[in-house]
Amino acid sequence: MRRVLADKKTIVLLLAPALLMYTLLKLVPVVWSLGLSFFEGNLLTGFTFVGGKNFVDFTRDPDAINALMVTLKYSVVVTAGQVVMGYSLALLYVFVLRRASALVRTVAFFPTVLPSVAVALLFKSFFSVGDNQGPVNSVMNLMGYPSVEFLASGSLTFMVAVIMELWRSMGFYAVLLYAGLVDIPVETLESARIDGAGGLRLVSNIVLPLSAPILLSSVIFSFNATLKVFDGLLALNNGGPGSETTPLTLYMYRSAFQYAEYGYGSTVAVVLTLLCLVFTLGVFRTSRQDVTV
Amino acid sequence: MKARTTIRRTGVVASSAALVLAMAACGGGTATGGASGAASVSVNEGSNFVVLTANENPALRTQLDNLAKGVCAEPNKALPLQHETVAQADVVTKITLLASQGSLPNHFIAGTAQVRPTGDLGKANLLLNYEQKLTELGAWNNVSPAAAQTVKGVYGQMVSLPYQYNIEGIWYNKKLFAANNITEPKTYDELLAAMDKLKAAGVVPITEGGKQGWPLTRLIGLHLFRNVGPNALADVRDGKAKLTDPEYVKAAQALADMGAKGYLGEGVSSRETDAAVASFLTGKAGMMYNGSWFLSNVNDPKQNVIGVDAVGFMPFPAVSGGKGSIEQWPANAGASMSMRAKDFGPKSGAWLKCIAENFGEEALKTSGQISGLKVNKEVATVAPATKMVQEKVAGAKESVLWFEALMDSKSNALASTNVSLLVTGQMSPADYMAKLQTSIEANK
Repeated sequence: MRRVLADKKTIVLLLAPALLMYTLLKLVPVVWSLGLSFFEGNLLTGFTFVGGKNFVDFTRDPDAINALMVTLKYSVVVTAGQVVMGYSLALLYVFVLRRASALVRTVAFFPTVLPSVAVALLFKSFFSVGDNQGPVNSVMNLMGYPSVEFLASGSLTFMVAVIMELWRSMGFYAVLLYAGLVDIPVETLESARIDGAGGLRLVSNIVLPLSAPILLSSVIFSFNATLKVFDGLLALNNGGPGSETTPLTLYMYRSAFQYAEYGYGSTVAVVLTLLCLVFTLGVFRTSRQDVTV
Repeated sequence: MKARTTIRRTGVVASSAALVLAMAACGGGTATGGASGAASVSVNEGSNFVVLTANENPALRTQLDNLAKGVCAEPNKALPLQHETVAQADVVTKITLLASQGSLPNHFIAGTAQVRPTGDLGKANLLLNYEQKLTELGAWNNVSPAAAQTVKGVYGQMVSLPYQYNIEGIWYNKKLFAANNITEPKTYDELLAAMDKLKAAGVVPITEGGKQGWPLTRLIGLHLFRNVGPNALADVRDGKAKLTDPEYVKAAQALADMGAKGYLGEGVSSRETDAAVASFLTGKAGMMYNGSWFLSNVNDPKQNVIGVDAVGFMPFPAVSGGKGSIEQWPANAGASMSMRAKDFGPKSGAWLKCIAENFGEEALKTSGQISGLKVNKEVATVAPATKMVQEKVAGAKESVLWFEALMDSKSNALASTNVSLLVTGQMSPADYMAKLQTSIEANK
C-alpha cells in the first residue's frame, strides 16, 4: 500500500475524478459568476463588459443594502438562537433526560425533515388574521388583546421568520451538539463532580470548553446556512411587506430571473459568497485566538 | 477611454448563466444559435403546433383542446396541438432562454415588457404582427377593435392575441346595498359614504386580495384616471408629469385613507385573492374591485352563496372636479400570447385563422368568458351576469389601462410590493410615489 501511495501517478489517478467533479461543479461556476458580474445584459441581447459598474451600483442601491442588512440580521439572530437553543436541548438530553431522551430527541428533530416551504405556510396560517384567523390571534383575543396583522409589519414578519426557523432547526443542532457532548469522557465529568463541581459550574468549566470544537462547527454551519436563507422568507411573506424581509438570495433571484439582469444578479451572488467566506474565516480566527489565550 | 466589448457568444453565455448565481440551477441547455431576426429562407413549422401557456391558466388549454377536437380539427390534423406550460413567475426567464436558442414555440406567453417594441423580443423582430397576418388571412375582422386598441396601448404593437378582453370595475352586493339604503355610487365621495355605511353595518366595505398587490394599486390608478385624466400615466412615462406631483400623491393618499379607516377589512395586506373572492361571494364584504374574469366565480353556484341576482357591477366612480370620466373603463386583454414570426407558415396560419374565427364562441360557451375575439355564432345560453358585463363592454366608449401598465418590470413589482406598506400606514403616500418615480427614472 505504501508503495502504491508513494507513486505520484497513482495519487493523481485516484484524486482526478473527484477533483474534476469538484472543479466543474464548484469552482467553475464561482469563477464564472465572478466573471459575469463584470457584464451587463441577458442571453438574448448579448452581454456588454461594464467593468466594476455592477459593484458600484450595488453599494448605491438602497434595495441591495437593505437585502444585505436583512441577511446579516437574520443570520446573526438565527445562528445565536439555533446554537443556544440546540446546546440547551443537548444539555437536557445528556444531563437530565439521559437514557430517556430518545423520544424527546426524535420529537424535537422531526421539524427538521419538513420542507421549509411547508413550515412557512404552516406558520403563515398560525399568525394569520381576518376571515381565516390563526390560533395566535385567537389566543390573543381570548386574553383580551386585539388581533395583530403580523405579516403586515416588517419587524413582526422578521420575528415570525426567526421563530419559524428556530422551531424547524433547533432539533437538528441539538442532535449535532449532543453527539459532541456524549464524546466528553465520563471520567472527566466524574472527577469534576468529585472535586465538587456541579450544575452551572460543571457546564461552564468542563462541558463548555470540551465541546468548543463542535460548537464552533455548529456556528460556522449555521452562519453559512442562514446567510443563504431563501425559501422560508419567500414562502412566508414573499420577502415583504414591501422588501423589508428580502434577503440577498431573493434579491439575487429577482434581479437575474425576474428582471433578466444576469450581471447584477451575479454581483449579488459574489457579495453573498464573500460574506460567507468572511464569516467563516472570522469565526475560525476568533476560535484560534481563544485557544491560544 | 471606455472599453466596451460586446459579447454575443450566446452558446457560451447560456451555459454560464445556468451555472452562475450560486448554482441556482436555472436549467439552461446548450444554445444552438444566436437570436436572429425574423427573416428565414425555409419555413420549418415543426411537427406540432406547440403552445406555451402559464400553469395558472388551465382554461385556455381546455378551450384550445376543444377547438382542436372540433372546428379546428383540420389545422390540428396538419399540425397537431401540443401544450407546454411554465409558471407565470418564470415566463421572462424561459422565453429569454428559448429566444436566445432560437427555440421559441409556435405560440407562447411572454412578459409584457419583452414584447414591446423596446423589449428584447420586440427589438429582435421575433414576434408576429397579428394585424398584418390576420389581414392577409382575411380574419382581422374577428378581433374586436376595442381589444386591438388595448393590446396596442399596452404592448405598443399588435403582438398579443386577445384571448380575453376584460374590463374592470367594482362588483357589489345588491342585497347589502339595499339593506343599507345605498344606491350605486357615481362619485368618489358617494363611494366613501357607502363604505362608511357598510362598515357601520358590520361588513367589510370593500375586500381585495392585497397579497397580490395589484388589486390595491388598481384603486390608485383609477383615482388618477378619474382625477388627472386618462393620460395620467402616459404623461408619467413620457416625462410630462411625475408621480410625486400633488395630484398623483393624492391618489395614493386616497388608498392609504381607505386602509386607515378600515374600509379594506382586517388583514388586507396578507389576504389571498381566493379569500377575498370567498368573502364577497358569501356576503361578508359589500364590494370588490375585480375584472370581468371574476364572472367564472360569480357564475359558479358552489362559490356564489349570495346568488347571481345579488351581484352588481359598476365602473369606478368619478372624482369631483376630475378630468376623467366614469365611462372610461379600465381594460386589459390578458397576458401576452404571441406567435413567432420566424417559421410561420401556412399550417400555423390555418391555426391562427381558426382560433381567430372560433375562440370567442368557445370561451363564452365553456367558461362564460368574454374574449377580444368576436363571437361569430350565437351562444344559446349566456349566464345573466355574463350578459350584464357583455352589455357594459358593448357600451364602453373609451378604455384606460391600469396603474402599472406602462411601467418597466422592476417598477411594476415595486408598486405591488410596497402597496401593502401604504395601506397599513407604514409608508407615507409621498414616499410610496417617490420610490416609484425614482425606480421609473432609473429604469428608463
